[in-house]
Amino acid sequence: MTLIGPLVLAAFLFCVGLYGVMARRNAVLVLISVELMLNAVNINLVAFQNLVWTGDADATGQVFALFVIVVAAAEVGVGLAIVFNMFRNRASINIDDADLMRW
Amino acid sequence: MTSLDIVFILVAVVTGGAAVMTVTSRNLVHAALFLGVTLAGIGATFLLLAADFVAMVQVVVYLGAITVLFLFGLMLTRAPIGRETLDSRNRPMAMVVSAALFGILVVLIVRAFGSNQFPATEPISSSVADLGMAIFSTWVFPFEVVSMMLLAALVGAVLLARRQSGDSGTETRVTPIREALDDSTEELDRAPAELGSGGER
Repeated sequence: MTLIGPLVLAAFLFCVGLYGVMARRNAVLVLISVELMLNAVNINLVAFQNLVWTGDADATGQVFALFVIVVAAAEVGVGLAIVFNMFRNRASINIDDADLMRW
Repeated sequence: MTSLDIVFILVAVVTGGAAVMTVTSRNLVHAALFLGVTLAGIGATFLLLAADFVAMVQVVVYLGAITVLFLFGLMLTRAPIGRETLDSRNRPMAMVVSAALFGILVVLIVRAFGSNQFPATEPISSSVADLGMAIFSTWVFPFEVVSMMLLAALVGAVLLARRQSGDSGTETRVTPIREALDDSTEELDRAPAELGSGGER
């Protein structure tokens, strides 16, 4: 199994997530696209871990993948709380409407 | 080309297709469900890369918790359906930028790692014991920092999502709900055409 396959898949998922972040107007869909990008990074971490795997207790890549999963879960929690707050205050989660802090 | 390669290509095609459907679907609930398919495909990729525990955590955390959280988020915000309401004006620019980035990344990956093979034809299974030893010996301090960050995120989410302490309840909730109802009746007026166009697809 070559290394290119997982890396190209990760790059594709990252670019799809980037497109979603830029093209969507719904805040929840933007959060979903951010999740796609974080998962692409996880594939990279696990693939390189598998490449340099020597057999002894060295699982650093997978440890970092687990950390990224935890950070992504916390990000979704706080992000959805912000989106709910925005919906309660403005009755809309359209990102183009949320320009209160634009200078 | 080994059988592992064939299985990986199948998983990659399903994962990539579901990811594209996630960011292009007009129905918000369908987008969240396609996200679930994408995350399951990524978990299968972890399994193919011999990362058993990470695959299990992926299924439990992402498929079990985060997809349901997104579905609740879509349900509670009563989001509209339709491309013109979901996609912003800079959609062509976003497509150009992401396609260009993907091209650059693929060229760089092929030039840098084109000749690399995984060391063993049979993937070495990393035991959960090795992973636990790595977390609790080398990475124990980042592990504690992550736990503090989870606690801070929990408190922050509760603080953000609850009602303000000075509010008396009914008045604070009437205004946004009435505005939202006005919006939803507007949505209902033009709903049949959009539903028809969405149903053909």
